[in-house]
Amino acid sequence: MAGQNGGCYAKFRAFGNRSRKNEERVSREDWAKMKAWDAIIIGGGHNGLVNACYLQRAGLDVLVVEKNDWVGGAATSRELTPGFLYSNCSYVCSLFRPEIMRDLELPRFGLQVISYEGGAVFTRDGDYLANYRDHDAHRREFARFSKRDAEAYDRYARDVTRQCRFIQPLLMRTAPDPTSLRPRDLGELLYLGKKFAGLSAEEMALTLRFWTMSISEFLDEYFETDVIKANFALSGIIGTALGPMSPGTAYVLLHHYMGEVDGSVGAWGYARGGMGAVTKALAAAFKASGGTIRTGAEVDHVLVGRGKAKGVVLAGGEELYGKLVVSNADVKRTFLKLVEEKELPDIFLRRVRNFKIRGSSGKVNIALDSLPEFPALPKDSPVYRGDMHFTDSVERMERAYDDWKAGRWSADPFLDMVIPTTLDPTMAPPGKHFMSCFVQYAPPKIAGAEWTDADRDGFAESVISQIAEYSPGFRDRIVHMEVRTPREIEAEVGLTEGNIFQGELTFDQLLFNRPVPGYAQYRSPVGGLYMCGSSTHPGGGVMGAPGRNAAAEILRDLAKSTSHMSAAHDVI
Amino acid sequence: MAQSTRKKPVSKTVNAAVSARIAAQDHFRTLRLGTPFQPRIDALAKTQDWYNWAGYRAPHSLWDEELEYFAIRSQAALFDISPMTKYRIEGPDAEAFLDRVTLRDVTKLKPGRVHYTAWCDDEGFVLDDGTLFRLSPTRFRLCSQERHLPWLLDSAIGFDVTVEEETEAVAGLALQGPTSFAVLRDAGFASVERLKIFDLADFPHDGGTVGISRTGFTGDLGYELFVSADRALSLWDRLMAAGQLRGIRAIGYTALNRARLEAGLIVANADFTTAEHAIRADRLRMPDEIGLGFMIDLEKSHFNGRRAILDARAKRKLRHVLVGLEIEGNIPAEHAIVYHKKSQEVGLVSAAMWSPMAKRNIAIASLARPYGDTMVDDLWVEIYAMRELQYQKLMKRAKVVARPFIKLDRRTANPPADF
Repeated sequence: MAGQNGGCYAKFRAFGNRSRKNEERVSREDWAKMKAWDAIIIGGGHNGLVNACYLQRAGLDVLVVEKNDWVGGAATSRELTPGFLYSNCSYVCSLFRPEIMRDLELPRFGLQVISYEGGAVFTRDGDYLANYRDHDAHRREFARFSKRDAEAYDRYARDVTRQCRFIQPLLMRTAPDPTSLRPRDLGELLYLGKKFAGLSAEEMALTLRFWTMSISEFLDEYFETDVIKANFALSGIIGTALGPMSPGTAYVLLHHYMGEVDGSVGAWGYARGGMGAVTKALAAAFKASGGTIRTGAEVDHVLVGRGKAKGVVLAGGEELYGKLVVSNADVKRTFLKLVEEKELPDIFLRRVRNFKIRGSSGKVNIALDSLPEFPALPKDSPVYRGDMHFTDSVERMERAYDDWKAGRWSADPFLDMVIPTTLDPTMAPPGKHFMSCFVQYAPPKIAGAEWTDADRDGFAESVISQIAEYSPGFRDRIVHMEVRTPREIEAEVGLTEGNIFQGELTFDQLLFNRPVPGYAQYRSPVGGLYMCGSSTHPGGGVMGAPGRNAAAEILRDLAKSTSHMSAAHDVI
Repeated sequence: MAQSTRKKPVSKTVNAAVSARIAAQDHFRTLRLGTPFQPRIDALAKTQDWYNWAGYRAPHSLWDEELEYFAIRSQAALFDISPMTKYRIEGPDAEAFLDRVTLRDVTKLKPGRVHYTAWCDDEGFVLDDGTLFRLSPTRFRLCSQERHLPWLLDSAIGFDVTVEEETEAVAGLALQGPTSFAVLRDAGFASVERLKIFDLADFPHDGGTVGISRTGFTGDLGYELFVSADRALSLWDRLMAAGQLRGIRAIGYTALNRARLEAGLIVANADFTTAEHAIRADRLRMPDEIGLGFMIDLEKSHFNGRRAILDARAKRKLRHVLVGLEIEGNIPAEHAIVYHKKSQEVGLVSAAMWSPMAKRNIAIASLARPYGDTMVDDLWVEIYAMRELQYQKLMKRAKVVARPFIKLDRRTANPPADF
């Protein structure tokens, strides 16, 4: 402790010397009470915490400020009704980088991810199309609908896997700045170029198509059956304000496929204890390495002096000083709400304003007093332990998107529904269940006006009535429900428009263009102000890579070692 | 603004096709299917040593994998090949279609004949190898390891032909070994002695027919029998009864795999990676790179991959070669690395064994050209033999030799001998 105090004193001195001209604003006594942190992280979401952990472990004295009374951002598990733990926002885990879990010793702090068993799309003729983990069962299931499509799956899987292998190594690297002549950027560009040149002509063509095509057209190249296409198309629209027929959605599918559960690439699982277990473990790891978290501390704005970030001012007016500030908030919230406009260059500001971060989804979390029954589904089906969907055609998905365009929630919504308690005994009492429904589409505004409580209830009803159609008696099982439209998600989590990826994953907003050209390397026009959220490369999903990559850049600027950060696992 | 919820009722009218589809749901309870012969195989499965063959529960061995091998070479061995993928290809253009899809000249394949062939994608990379049975002027059966329905259907555009997957509907048996002919004759398949190697004919069985071809995967005298699934058990019983005095035994894959290696035959996705499964682009192989160059017939009309194959030959872009190796000593070199001058890595052994028939230590290996092609001297394999928790590392000299490793006159003798 003594050593730490000494460190603080040293920092205070350094800070005080530089800020002597501010003395008329802050008295000497106040200064003594204040501490200049090495880094202040705005927002305790998973990326903020990953970033904080890596910086703290590099020897920095780090403070995380979080507006809510709990940490986690969009990876939280809260008990809103006694005995039931919800995964309030994100609900399944695959993208979170295993290198980060290992570096930060997250298993030691309680993180466990359990693979789940598959899933199904219910069809309106009383049947369903299941996804089974067993390769041959998967083929036989598809063959019930089309023998041809059943045998087309291998080629599809091969092509998608090839593309994932191309992208995977890029996740844990800072994207190069193509306009820069710095050796590092040239080196990274060369790396990217070499990787691309390493592809066959056919693969190159596929890569470019993949990054620009609609998921619907992409799937047309492999499959002919509507429900089979719908089964895959859903990964192309989740979290995205685009329909399955919009160009760019093929990449979104890839984004959902490049994760893994313990080496099983493309697999998804449940974090034991809900997605909050991820951030709970991160917070514990951070504290164990000496980091400090302040909850209930909303940042009003970033303190900027002479073009450099000096700290943050909390909503109550309290000032916190830091040698650098890292924002886990999305790029719009960071630069349109937390930094004064005059501190930012015009073009940057315009691009931030035009950054696509459109709200497209909502969430309904339900506590159930018993496992719902789906008459279409055999009672012993593994599908109960996987993800369930009711949208059995690409066209229905597109129609749901039409509603979004008109400023309505989808009357016939697309649901990604899971019951984690079928595998995770920690989230509900025995025999009772937590059901998570991700719902699309939900616009940020209803016909141009703010969401009202009545709208929210109408939105919830569209979800419940869809489930109840396939599960008689469903309503009677409901004990409690949490309904979150983009309004609630923005208000609570702070995601602009409730966009789960902190910005759409379209090609114009990826790699060195994420979030905006020229600022893709986690730095900003304000000196000492960094970004570490999903608005940055490689984007959203509970991945942790933006937080980690930002930490690597910060430590590089501070000329500190990054030897505690594992490089990306080899893709062999 | 309140919004109403549109009702989309779940349809209650269920037609016959949907009912059939729903009735097939319960496959998820049986992840490994039994073949039509399963009741007989289960009864003989003393080792209970199963593996997954394309979603079927298939035996590695039934009673003793070494002795099962000797049943192939000394008596008659019965091996269930039902899980093999089978397509029925039929129509006026079936011949032209298959000539376009596969490497060999199908116009030379007469009705009642079988040939071993392979097929490529447009880049000339091998999708699979397999056997093509010409059942009639307009009807064929294509048997293969992997599944190709989308490829075949897409290739059929413009041809008057139907392609139907019939893996489950048709049961298959391989009857291999020196007494296999005698077993068939004694079982009452009249004039089966007329079948020459690669001949095919229908024989009456149990109120229907069984197609018998003089083909196999062992390099020995042998036959393959195809029958509708509902007549499978009676066929098994008929052969077993007739074979009792001829030493017939049911066997598992381990024994068959040894026999096929002695015969120098390759297995898709064991000795090479098929194009639709190769995730790494450098694993793709052209026919010339896996010893199937002999199938390429440049005199015949256009076939898939022709241009790419010609181009690779002309520009010397063929980077690999598949060879037979004879390795000094008697320790099998399975998956050993092949070196030139004991130092430079030039390839990998994909299958290896001590051959009881050849009394030689044999292997199939893929090498990077020019090794194995024009440079065949000074090749070595590094064998890591695990013995009581220690690797015995051996560097053994390897010699490129012709395949097959064994040549048995009885395989092709006409008429076939009794044993």
